[in-house]
Amino acid sequence: MAVGLDKVKPEAITEERQLIVDGMDISGHWNRMFEQRVIWDYDTSQLDRVTDLPGGESLAWCYGCAKCTGVCPVDIVGDYSPRKIHRKTQMGIDLFESPDLWLCTTCRNCLRVCPKEVDMIQIMPAVREQAVLAGSVPAELQKAFEDTAKHGNPLGQPQRKRADWIKKAGAPVPVLKDVKRPVDLLWYVGSYPSYHPRGIDAAAAAARIFHALGVDYGILGIEEKDDGDSQRLAGEKGLFEMLAEANIAAFEKYTWNRMVVTGPHEFNAFKNEYPKLGFVRPIVHYTRLLVEYLDRLRPMLTKPLNLKVTFHDPCYLGRHNGEYDAPRQLLRAIPGVELVEMGRCRENGYCCGGGGGGMWLDSFTKAHTTMRLSERRVREAVEYGADVLAVCCPFEVSRFEDAAKSTGHDRLIVRDILELLDQALEGQP
Amino acid sequence: MILAVAIKQVPNLTDDLEISADGTGLDYDALTYVLNEFDEQALEEAVLVKEAAGGSVTVVGIDTTGELDGALHTALAKGADRAMKVTGDFDRDLGSEGQAQLLAEAIRPLAADLLLTGVQAADDRDGQIGPRLAALLGWPYVGVVTHVTPEPGCVRVHKEYAGGLLAEFVVTLPAVIGVQASHQPPRYAPVSKIRQIAKTAQIESVAGQGTPASSSSVRRMFKPEAAGQAEMWAGEPEEVAGKIATLLTAKGLLKL
Repeated sequence: MAVGLDKVKPEAITEERQLIVDGMDISGHWNRMFEQRVIWDYDTSQLDRVTDLPGGESLAWCYGCAKCTGVCPVDIVGDYSPRKIHRKTQMGIDLFESPDLWLCTTCRNCLRVCPKEVDMIQIMPAVREQAVLAGSVPAELQKAFEDTAKHGNPLGQPQRKRADWIKKAGAPVPVLKDVKRPVDLLWYVGSYPSYHPRGIDAAAAAARIFHALGVDYGILGIEEKDDGDSQRLAGEKGLFEMLAEANIAAFEKYTWNRMVVTGPHEFNAFKNEYPKLGFVRPIVHYTRLLVEYLDRLRPMLTKPLNLKVTFHDPCYLGRHNGEYDAPRQLLRAIPGVELVEMGRCRENGYCCGGGGGGMWLDSFTKAHTTMRLSERRVREAVEYGADVLAVCCPFEVSRFEDAAKSTGHDRLIVRDILELLDQALEGQP
Repeated sequence: MILAVAIKQVPNLTDDLEISADGTGLDYDALTYVLNEFDEQALEEAVLVKEAAGGSVTVVGIDTTGELDGALHTALAKGADRAMKVTGDFDRDLGSEGQAQLLAEAIRPLAADLLLTGVQAADDRDGQIGPRLAALLGWPYVGVVTHVTPEPGCVRVHKEYAGGLLAEFVVTLPAVIGVQASHQPPRYAPVSKIRQIAKTAQIESVAGQGTPASSSSVRRMFKPEAAGQAEMWAGEPEEVAGKIATLLTAKGLLKL
């Protein structure tokens, strides 16, 4: 005889409205244990506030599969991901006031894997813009906004000194207002390569390489302003528009065929965002331009570097714009470079933490994560035995050099690909 | 409470300053301007008082640069209700004496309860606009203020003294306050908001009556002259320590 069934005596089961056992109130609707909670059990007003915004709609499409959580670079150093944002917002947490609002770097890895196309690259700027308008901005980000608005660059450096770096270039750098003739390439240098000491190293290297290759180019000098795209992604759309109008006016003042851009963020801005304001011109990142010149460049790269190099894919060059090969082709062309790939590379490349305004939220992000994203990345580079962490985004050199020091991996060398190419060129007579 | 804030623009010190050809002032054509940072603090304190006690904030400045509108739009974006500019053919280095005369004429008709302004500015550094406004309006003045609390018929203010001392004053209204720092950091005005306001806002213009003469003039403006040079000592620590000890003894700072 089956054990158990005959022991259940339905008439002995009593249902209590309230029951206290050993001093603990265990009252409840027992039958609800067998039902899933349904969406209308929640007050969705916080979610509605996000999805009502233009750009915020797709947060509602999340069905909680958590594919994003597996790839989110912030989740690896903290407790974060689009799915978690969706769930928390659904349960009534105010995203507009939450620190979560400022942790997304818009790296795009979640969107890459999301079956529902929940798009944090649209959602985050939309919500952040409302937070900025309401005066709720982390102090260090506010400082970057103020500096950009006042000085045309987030470093707070004088606009009139934007071209001062060319004195350190070691090669002539033509400024368009002086050359007074059409050029093949307009080189948009960018704020960090113009002002940051380590950015200037890369800009100077580019100037020497362009000179060696006989590239016909000119820069805007003091007529150039920050592209403003990272400020837009951080919620300051008006600042972006103001800068874009000034830049487009400067771009259109001169005659040129193509624009070459040092930074992936600026590349993305001119290629994908400025066209929305009517500026549609051919744009190329410096890595792709130099690959076009590779037949001429390769024979000039005569000094072997003898280094084990790993490459960090910039989110805004790789995932945002599909360029993974050009940087690697350049690195492979350098004699004595052994290229090793890190586990998180190419489409699944890790994020340095600098995108989407993260560049100006370093202390804020550090306070809400177990370590900086740049520190996590530097550790990965060391795990793969690299001597050099090669980059091609001006945000990354200072981020990774700081991270190498703060994690005790001072021996890891961080170099822009431009610097490595320039170093290999030095063997030229 | 009817609040007024007197503001002015000063040269942007992020840029290098150049002396004019005649050597008595700055080369104003080579300058860009920003709002005086103490006036930013005064504006913030005024908006905080308004938020606590109700009322309105009117921002007033003299357009010596032709670029004051941007500063006024920013003030409106931060919470000011009205913006006024005094226009006329003014020198760009119009001093505190002249500024105060023009501002007093513009502010008098506002019938304000409280006038706030920056305690000083980076251009002349004489801290005279606040006290002169108070004298012209016949109101009391308290300067170097870091906190303004509105109370019925008066304001309670914190004034900073040297050596880290603070004093609390109760000031009857109307009064002029020279603000050292607002009690919260100045808020951020998003460019989106400023641009929106620039499209719609009305800036009231008041014609300045004549060009006020200044009772002082600058005879010479010059960059700091280097008085001496630092000498770098290299070498073994003991050797350098010996040199330091000898120098300190020679200067009478150390008795061996």
